[in-house]
Amino acid sequence: MSRATSYRLLLVAASVLLLECLCRAGVIDHLTMQPPSEMARDLVVLLASGSMNRAMLKTLTNVVIAAALAVAFGIAFAVAIHGYRAARQGLEPLFATYYAIPVYAFYPMFIILFGLGDLPQILIGFMLAVVAVIVSTLNGLDRVSRVLMKTARIYRFGSVKTALTITLLSAAPYLLTGVKLAVAYAFIGVIGAEFIMSRTGIGYEISFAYNNFDNKIMYPLILLILIVSVAVNSALSQWEQVLMRRRSKS
Amino acid sequence: MGAGLDEKAQQIMMPRDWSSTTSGLILIAALLIGWQILFVIVGPMAMTGPLETFRNLGQLLMTDTFRGHLEETSLAFFFALAIAVLAGFAIGFLLGVHRFSSEVVEPILVAFYSIPKVTLYPMILLAFGLGLPAKIAFGAIHGVVPVAIFTLSAVRNINPILLKTARVLRLRLWKVVGSVLLPAALPEIFTGIRIGFSLTLIGTILGEMFGSQRGLGYLLMTAIGLQNIQLIMAVTLLIVLFAATVSVLLIAIDDRLHRRMS
Repeated sequence: MSRATSYRLLLVAASVLLLECLCRAGVIDHLTMQPPSEMARDLVVLLASGSMNRAMLKTLTNVVIAAALAVAFGIAFAVAIHGYRAARQGLEPLFATYYAIPVYAFYPMFIILFGLGDLPQILIGFMLAVVAVIVSTLNGLDRVSRVLMKTARIYRFGSVKTALTITLLSAAPYLLTGVKLAVAYAFIGVIGAEFIMSRTGIGYEISFAYNNFDNKIMYPLILLILIVSVAVNSALSQWEQVLMRRRSKS
Repeated sequence: MGAGLDEKAQQIMMPRDWSSTTSGLILIAALLIGWQILFVIVGPMAMTGPLETFRNLGQLLMTDTFRGHLEETSLAFFFALAIAVLAGFAIGFLLGVHRFSSEVVEPILVAFYSIPKVTLYPMILLAFGLGLPAKIAFGAIHGVVPVAIFTLSAVRNINPILLKTARVLRLRLWKVVGSVLLPAALPEIFTGIRIGFSLTLIGTILGEMFGSQRGLGYLLMTAIGLQNIQLIMAVTLLIVLFAATVSVLLIAIDDRLHRRMS
């Protein structure tokens, strides 16, 4: 473990400890927030009781669907337009301004259009995720070295074989960046949408617990989401770095 | 496979690159046409067409109640953005100057960037209560992270030759900061502010969707209950227009700053 990493863990631990002390000393009163240790204990109890299993499964399913759709569609779309300069130039302003537009603003419209089922949440997750996948795929395809493409031509590879054995492999770290962003954005999109208005899911459970001042459920669930999103993201980042290192070696 | 041939063929077909204005206009036209087609397909029960939505928005902007909501959102957004930019800059700058502490903190900032911050909203509400401060705080926590991350990496990755030159010239500390560090880091910092702008807008409106009785987010939420698709589409259009216009301006400034540096 590097020195920076151990200091980082120390910093996080110290902050949690500080929060614990503030809560225990009554600076932050118990109605506002219970101490982190209690949150952790409540989380274990909550998970063991199984009462959140359905909500967790629902959220997870929707996140996976949204992320998978975004990755599949995003990569296919990027591969399709990669060679066409006109299409790329036309879409450039869209990609540049896309993330400035609050996607959640469309959620009320989606609810009216599609009802209060899973579709609006998945759509929000998909919309947030897809452009990140397209942009990072295009970026990766642009960086495939010309020598590799020439080699493929010398061996007279067909376009499918070129894509499978050379282009996509060489662009793999960038594709993974796209996947990582897709997962993070799908997570943010789906849970945010659930929180705004829905009937199931972890986001809904948090807002339900909040409306009932049920801190014993709300804080553990917030903690759960923090842990899961940070864990998933750092796992994907690690993998991304491994691929990047391998790519620069070869 | 003839990647080279394809490129040549394209160059013949398109002798000049489109200017970004042209491709922007084409994109807007394409979006409007797509919207109109969608409207024809799903029908007036489910959504409003482009023309009608613009007209609805125009009428809304004439009413005093709507302007009140708009002012509330603008006020909250303004303060949130100011806090996000100032705090983000301060955090990023202080950490960026000190390499080791930046290595310690940067992954924490990145991790915070990737969590669904909506879930933190109940905590903000419990801390600030219902009303303007909660919206401002919620907008600010969305925007502060990108500003901090970009400032941090801009200050940390500054060209060492510049700093050596400053040392050779025996510049005082405030001179080094004012005439070397800041100008060199400005383009990247501005990119952070640009991203912070959009996230702060999202945060502010999200904040209004829950703990609020005023503002555009509140209007959107009540309109869902009333199934008022005209209002929803007009408000959404206003938000999208505002976000896109400002973002285009910021990107233009951003490009100019970056080009001047290189």
